[in-house]
Amino acid sequence: MSPLERALVVSALLFGIGLAGALTRRNAILVLAGIELMLTAVNLNVIAFWRHGGQTASAAGPAFVLFVIAVAAAETAVGLALIIAWFRQRRTVQLDEADTLKG
Amino acid sequence: MNDLVNQLWLVPALPLLAAGVLALTPRHRRGLAAGLAIGTLALSLVLSVAAWVSTLGATGPDGFRAVRNFPWLTWGDHTLHLGWVLDPLSAVMLVMVSFVGLVIFVYSTGYMAGDENFTRFFGFLSLFAGAMLAVVMANSLVLLFAAWELVGLASYLLIGFWFQKPAAAAAARKAFLTTRVGDLGLFAAMLWLYDATGTLVFFDGGRGCLEAPAVAALAGQTVMGGLTLSAALSLLVLLGAAGKSGQVPLHVWLPDAMEGPTPVSALIHAATMVAAGVFLVARLFPLFAAQPEGASGVPPALQAVAWLGAVTAVFAALIAVAQTDLKRILAYSTVSQLGYMFLGLGVGGVAVGMFHLLTHAFFKALLFLGAGAVIHGCHGEQDIRRLGGLGRLMPVTFATYAVGMMALAGVPLLFSGFWSKEAILHAAHTWPASPGPFYLGLFGALLTAFYMTRQVVFVFFGPYRGEKGAPTQPGKVPHESPPLLTVPLILLAAGAILLGFFGTPAWPGLQAYLEPARVGLTGPDLARLVSAEALKLMALSTAVVLAGLALGWWCYGRRPLTDPTAPDALELAQPGLFRLLRERLRVDELYEATVVRWHTGWAALGDRLDRWVWGGLVLLIQGLTVGLAWLGRALDEFGVNDGFDTACERLRRGGTRLAATATGRLPGYLRGAMAGAAALGLLLLWGGCR
Repeated sequence: MSPLERALVVSALLFGIGLAGALTRRNAILVLAGIELMLTAVNLNVIAFWRHGGQTASAAGPAFVLFVIAVAAAETAVGLALIIAWFRQRRTVQLDEADTLKG
Repeated sequence: MNDLVNQLWLVPALPLLAAGVLALTPRHRRGLAAGLAIGTLALSLVLSVAAWVSTLGATGPDGFRAVRNFPWLTWGDHTLHLGWVLDPLSAVMLVMVSFVGLVIFVYSTGYMAGDENFTRFFGFLSLFAGAMLAVVMANSLVLLFAAWELVGLASYLLIGFWFQKPAAAAAARKAFLTTRVGDLGLFAAMLWLYDATGTLVFFDGGRGCLEAPAVAALAGQTVMGGLTLSAALSLLVLLGAAGKSGQVPLHVWLPDAMEGPTPVSALIHAATMVAAGVFLVARLFPLFAAQPEGASGVPPALQAVAWLGAVTAVFAALIAVAQTDLKRILAYSTVSQLGYMFLGLGVGGVAVGMFHLLTHAFFKALLFLGAGAVIHGCHGEQDIRRLGGLGRLMPVTFATYAVGMMALAGVPLLFSGFWSKEAILHAAHTWPASPGPFYLGLFGALLTAFYMTRQVVFVFFGPYRGEKGAPTQPGKVPHESPPLLTVPLILLAAGAILLGFFGTPAWPGLQAYLEPARVGLTGPDLARLVSAEALKLMALSTAVVLAGLALGWWCYGRRPLTDPTAPDALELAQPGLFRLLRERLRVDELYEATVVRWHTGWAALGDRLDRWVWGGLVLLIQGLTVGLAWLGRALDEFGVNDGFDTACERLRRGGTRLAATATGRLPGYLRGAMAGAAALGLLLLWGGCR
C-alpha cells in the first residue's frame, strides 16, 4: 500500500465518520463537529495529493488547505453563533426540534 | 314709444310663463291657477292696449310700424333672425286676443269650477293664449311658425282635455293630424321662401321678405305653368292657413273639436286657433297680392283665397242647417264665417277680412259662452231638440245670445256682423274677376240667418222638452247662470254691438287704420252711407237676411216643437237632401273611404311585411345566434372550464405533495444533500470520469 493510498484511506475513514456524525447526531454542536471532520478529511485529501502528485514545487496544496481551514473556522464561528442565538430563543439545541425552516 | 316696442315680448311671454308655472303647480292650488292665468293675461291686455294706443296717431303709407329683430341662429353664411313687429295689424289683434281671451278666462273660472283638473286647464289656456299672442306679433316666419305649432299643441291638449272620453281623445287627434296636413304646406313655403329671398323676417327696413324689393323679385320669377313664385308660395301658405282655419276640405276637425270644454270651443273659434289662419293670410298679404310688372287683373293667389272662402262659406252653412247639436251648429257657422273672412281677404284686402275677424271674434265668443251657459244650466244637454223655452228661464243668457245671433245673422244697422259682412259683400260685388263669390256670399248670408233662427227658436222658444216634458223635478229645472258666467256674456254682447261702428261706410275707421294707403281717413260722413251704390247693396243684403229670418220662423216658429223625436220641418219637405246635410255631406265618410282606407291599406301591408318577411328574417337570425351561443357555452363549460379546473386541481395536488417534503428539519435536508452528493459521486465513478 503506497503512502498516498494510506492517506486516502485515512481520509475516507475520517469523511465517513464525519458524515455519520453529521447525519445521525441530533445535537447541533455534534453535527457541526461532524462537518468539521469532513472538512478535515477534504484537507487531508488535498495535502496528500499535493505531497505525492509530483508537483511539490508549487505551494498550491498548502495554500488551498490553509484557505479551507480559515473558511472552516469562520463557518464554525458563524454556526456556533447561530446555535447560541437559537438556544437563547428555544432553550434547546436538538436538531429535530428545529422545524421552522420550511416554506 | 320705442321702449314699448322693446318690451312687447312681454305680451306673449307673461301667459307662457304662467303656463310654465302652472305646469308645476299642485292640483289643489285652484285659486293660484286662476289668479295667475287671469292676472298675467290682464297684464298682457294692458300692455297690448298701451301698444295699440301708441300706434293710433301715426301716419304714413303703411301706418305705424316698429320692429325689433335679433339674430337667433347662425351657421355658415346664414343667419336666422327672430323678432316682433308692432303695426296696426298686430296691435289690433293683440288687443282682441287678450281681451276676448281674458273674458273667456274669467268665464272659465265659473264654468270649470267643478272640474278636478282645474289647474291643468288654466295652464293649457295660458299656453294657448300666449302662443296665439306670439303668432300675432311675430316678425319672422320662423317665430310665427313656432308659435303656430304651439297653438296647434295647445289646441290638441285642450280639445282632448277630457281625454277619458274616447270621442274627445279622437277629436284631439283628428284636429292635430288635420292641421298638420296644412302645416306641411306652410313649412314648405317657409323653406322655399328662405331659399328664394334669404330671409324670413317680414319687415326689416327694406330687407324683409314682405317689403317691396323682395316681393317684386318674387313676383318676377315664374316657376311653372305661368305661375309666379310669389303665387306658388302664397298657395302653399294658403294650405297652412286653410288647415288652421278649417277651410274646405280641411274643415273636418273643427266641428269635432266641440268635444273639448265649452270655454275651449269659444277660445278656439273666436280668438285664437282659427283666427290664426286668417291672420296668416292677412300678414302675408303683400305676397298674395304681388303681381309681375305690367300684369293686370286679380292675382291668382287672391282668386284662390276668395273662391276657397266663398265655397267654404256656403258649404258649411248648408251643413249647419241640419245639425241638432247646439255647439255643432255654432262650429259649422264658424267654418262658414271663416269662409267669409277669406272671401273678404281675397276680394277686399286686409281691412275687410280683419274687420270680420274682429267682429266675429266677439259675437262668436259670445255665442259659445252663451251655449256654455245653456249647457251648464240644463245639466249637460246639448241636443237642441231636447231644449226649448229657455227664454223665460234664462233671461240674461237669452238676451245676450240673441244679440250674438243677430250679429252673426247680420241683422241690419245695429249689429257689428251686419257691417263687416256688408263690407265683404260690397267688396265682392265690385270684384273684377268674377261675380260668383258675391252670389255665394249672398246665399251664405241667407243660410246663416236661417239656421241661426232655427237654433234660437229650438232653444229659447216653445215648451221645455228635456226630462220627457216633466221639468218640475227640483234641482233639474234649467236655471240662470251665476254672475261669473253672465257678466262676460254682457261684456261680449256690448262688444258685438259697438265694434260694428268702427267699420261702417260712413266712418271706415278700422279700414283707414289698417290700410291707410288705400282708405284715407276723414271725419264721419253720412253721405257715403246713403250713397246710391252702398244703399242698394245694403238694401239687398238686408232683404236677404230678413228673408232668412222669416223663412226660419216660418219653418220652425209657427208651430213650436213639442216632441223631441218629431221629424224636422225640412226633413218632411226634402228627406233625401236633409239626410245628406245631417250627415255633414259625408265628408268624413269620404275621407274614411279614401285617405283613411289608403292609409290603413299601407299600414296593413307594412304589418304583413313586418310579421312575415322581416319577422321571419329576424327569427332566422335569432335561431342562428342562439345556436352559436349554445355552442360557445358548451365549449366554455366542457372544454375551457373543465380543462382549466383539472389543471388547477392537479397543480394544487402536486404542490401539496412537494410541500410535504419541506419538513423544515435540518437532518432531513442534510441527508438529501448527502444523497445527492453520493449520486453525483457514483455518476462520476461510472460514467463521466474521462
